[in-house]
Amino acid sequence: MMIVTSRFFKLFIAACVLCITASSSFAQEDTAASESPKDFAGLVQHLAIGSLFERGETVKKLADLKDQRSTTIISALEQGTLYFDSILNKVAIKNETGNFFDAISQSAISSDISNFKKIPVNNSLRNQLRSLLAQLNLSSEDESVRLSAVKRLLADGLDDDSATILNEKIKTEKNKNIQSSMTIALALYQLKNPDEKIRITAVDQLRGSLEPEARSALTETSTSDESQAVRNTAISALKSIENTVSYYRFAENVFFGLSLGSVLLLSAIGLAITFGVMGVINMAHGELMMIGAYTTWVIQQLFPNHIAYSLLIAVPTAFLVAGAVGVAIERGVIRFLYGRPLETLLATFGLSLILQQAARSIFTPLNRAVSLPEWMSGSMVINPVLSITYNRLYILIFGIFIFILLQLILKKTSLGLKVRAVSQNRTMARAVGVRASWVDALTFGLGSGIAGVAGVALSQLTNVGPNLGQAYIIDSFMVVVFGGVGNLWGTLVSAMGLGIINKFLEPYAGAVLAKVLVLVLLILFIQKKPKGMFPQKGRAAAD
Amino acid sequence: MKLKLVAKHVGALGIAAGLTIASFSAQAADTIKVGVLHSLSGTMAISETTLKDTVLMLIDEQNKKGGLLGKKLEPVVVDPASNWPLFAEKTRELLEKDKVAAIFGCWTSVSRKSVLPVVEELNGILFYPVQYEGEESSRNVFYTGAAPNQQAIPAVDYLMKEGKVKRWVLAGTDYVYPRTTNKILEAYLKSKGVKQEDIMINYTPFGHSDWQNIVADIKRFGSAGKKTAVVSTINGDANVPFYRELANQKISAADIPVVAFSVGEEELSGLDTKPLVGHLAAWNYFMSVDNPANKEFIAKWKAFIKNPKRVTNDPMEATYIGFNMWVKAVQKAGTTDSNKVIDAIVGLEQPNLTGGVSKMLPNHHITKPVLIGEIQEDGQFLTVSSTPNLVPGDAWSDYLEGSKDLESDWVTLKCGNYNTKTKKCLGAAAK
Repeated sequence: MMIVTSRFFKLFIAACVLCITASSSFAQEDTAASESPKDFAGLVQHLAIGSLFERGETVKKLADLKDQRSTTIISALEQGTLYFDSILNKVAIKNETGNFFDAISQSAISSDISNFKKIPVNNSLRNQLRSLLAQLNLSSEDESVRLSAVKRLLADGLDDDSATILNEKIKTEKNKNIQSSMTIALALYQLKNPDEKIRITAVDQLRGSLEPEARSALTETSTSDESQAVRNTAISALKSIENTVSYYRFAENVFFGLSLGSVLLLSAIGLAITFGVMGVINMAHGELMMIGAYTTWVIQQLFPNHIAYSLLIAVPTAFLVAGAVGVAIERGVIRFLYGRPLETLLATFGLSLILQQAARSIFTPLNRAVSLPEWMSGSMVINPVLSITYNRLYILIFGIFIFILLQLILKKTSLGLKVRAVSQNRTMARAVGVRASWVDALTFGLGSGIAGVAGVALSQLTNVGPNLGQAYIIDSFMVVVFGGVGNLWGTLVSAMGLGIINKFLEPYAGAVLAKVLVLVLLILFIQKKPKGMFPQKGRAAAD
Repeated sequence: MKLKLVAKHVGALGIAAGLTIASFSAQAADTIKVGVLHSLSGTMAISETTLKDTVLMLIDEQNKKGGLLGKKLEPVVVDPASNWPLFAEKTRELLEKDKVAAIFGCWTSVSRKSVLPVVEELNGILFYPVQYEGEESSRNVFYTGAAPNQQAIPAVDYLMKEGKVKRWVLAGTDYVYPRTTNKILEAYLKSKGVKQEDIMINYTPFGHSDWQNIVADIKRFGSAGKKTAVVSTINGDANVPFYRELANQKISAADIPVVAFSVGEEELSGLDTKPLVGHLAAWNYFMSVDNPANKEFIAKWKAFIKNPKRVTNDPMEATYIGFNMWVKAVQKAGTTDSNKVIDAIVGLEQPNLTGGVSKMLPNHHITKPVLIGEIQEDGQFLTVSSTPNLVPGDAWSDYLEGSKDLESDWVTLKCGNYNTKTKKCLGAAAK
């Protein structure tokens, strides 16, 4: 114990001496020698040490320097690309390619980078950094940087200094978007002006704005402002904004319903073919979607560097794989059970269990992580109240595309002709030379292939695991039963319809109850129209 | 003469037979069986599989130290497959057929509630290592996970004080744990002056994947001008599409922070954590806590599981504490008999992995520190707040009408839900 303490004591003394000599040499280099650093280099070094609170103080001092280099440092800290090596005592910025650059001298660091540790920030420090950056970025060359800076100032609220700066900048700003954001920010600031006329002008300027800050500021003005005239103007401005907002909210709900509908459409359209055209109840349909989802994962494992293209490769591959499994099911099991729907149901239910367990054995029972390509993430911001996520948008477009493709196959190709013939009147079709059993196999394969493609889409939205099929099989049957088995258009209308009804009920009833209500409504509908919305017409379809 | 010879031979045979039978039964009684009741498939497999491996590692380590009471420990692993009634069946199988001395298991409260009547009927012992909603204290269960006063309440306190949060979204999966926790939190928030219109509560089914409109609602709720936070009791793999949707709709942690009670290092390892940086979790242990005991545990875990990329999390630490307490209790009682172990275990202490010492309390909860952490890009947590001392677990929340007068004490009061006002034991008292 004594030896340890004395050794420790010696180390401590040595460290102190080092510190003193280091700081004294530092002091000799700088022109301003003081306890806490005041110059750029000193402050940057100081960023790396100390508590989160001290870091906040140092950042403030860095910003006050009004040095162009401060902006780079602060934005690196905010993005998490500012690193510190305690052995070399260097602060460095890591750029996109992974190279380290000395934060003070901008020179590349080629020596050992393994000791660099990220300088940590927490949420409150991050907020502080964002606001500081906004003020610094107002003069940036880049338009998008300027726009996000103004939006941040809008969100934080202006004070006298930033208002003066904005008043200056707005005169020279050429970009319309940035100009209007600046106007809104200034108008929000003017709502506190003692002059009544200025306040009314400010309210009028905010009239068309959909920014949430405008709405909350106007709500406050309409209740707490001292002047009656200002309050009335605020109330009328609020009314017009609320109208626009509710219109966009409705559009947003419709989009949510359509995107849920597109997922239902993709799941159900394969089933519409096998159930509708062939009358086969396929309980393994969900597992065929699962196969498509796992195919996507396998493709991503085989080509880990091409995630952006992985989906484009996965779609035809999943179609072929799931289609092959479907043909195998048809040839192996279903072929012997035509005309016996209960046995088909039981057999395919057993098949679904086999396929689920096969997935568990091959891929382990845990979920597999499917990466989303870059172009599928994020959202398209139409205005402050309406933004559309890209993954849902692309899946909606993809669903409609698959639907059109399927319609073309059924209407324009010879296979489609034979499929329709066999489904309308099997005996007659065989009499004119259509190989009915082959057509059955190919139809089943087509339906299963489409299920595989739906699985690719689902892999982007939900977890890929052995239970993926079970989550969608009930919905698929619901859509097909609701839409009627004669017509693919029925599937489209019923999928979109069920999606929209579900999404409109959800805000009022909650996710669980909305599902229950949709099922109850469906049961009531089936009482009235047992064949669904678009039943098959014609003499052959009499049963 | 011949008879004597025959008698000698029969005698020798009999002794030999007796010895063999005796040695057989000695071999049969040579191991102590330990039950492992965690879902290895289904929606909760993402969280529970790692706990099964933890128990196997602890048993392996204990066997290397010479076993328990001179016998080797033998794990009996069953898979209840995220199927709650199956949990009860498997418990009965473990206790009746395999005759395990103790069960380490369960994650969701609904699984624990299914197991509870079985383990009480057959007088087994269950060590439950996961944070839960409280409102329960069974003689046969030891709760090594956090009660609401060791996780939910301190997290809300942190957000109110440090995060200056004024509006609250309580989002949970639809079962007993989130429902009860949200009841407690709602009562707590109202007791702190938060108005009803500043609280939004939402429930979704297990495995829910369509978060579009819920996240849009959260965004809308959060843009009313007051700082908003989401308190998430979402469990299982529904977390994956939830966080993805938050990232897609560009809700960053600096705008609307999400503090989760069921998302740890294990769940994060299956997610792209870049858009989640800054979101929070409240636990009693983080893998990133710098401590020699923790470093040793992590090294042993990585060696056992033969994968340097695997992570450790809070329920693993709770399993570690529970297992070691059970071993100490068995050694103290000198037997694996449930009644003797239950009496021996209260008051035992076990060092935890964050530098403190946890103690088993008379209400069958333990003392734990509370840590609030922010998600980092590498899937680890940066501790941003921690309690200076260990907090004792309170089974009956002080914020709910039905439970604020209740107290649990299995040592002096011999009752799990004793009403301090009416001085009566509401449930079955211990014999």
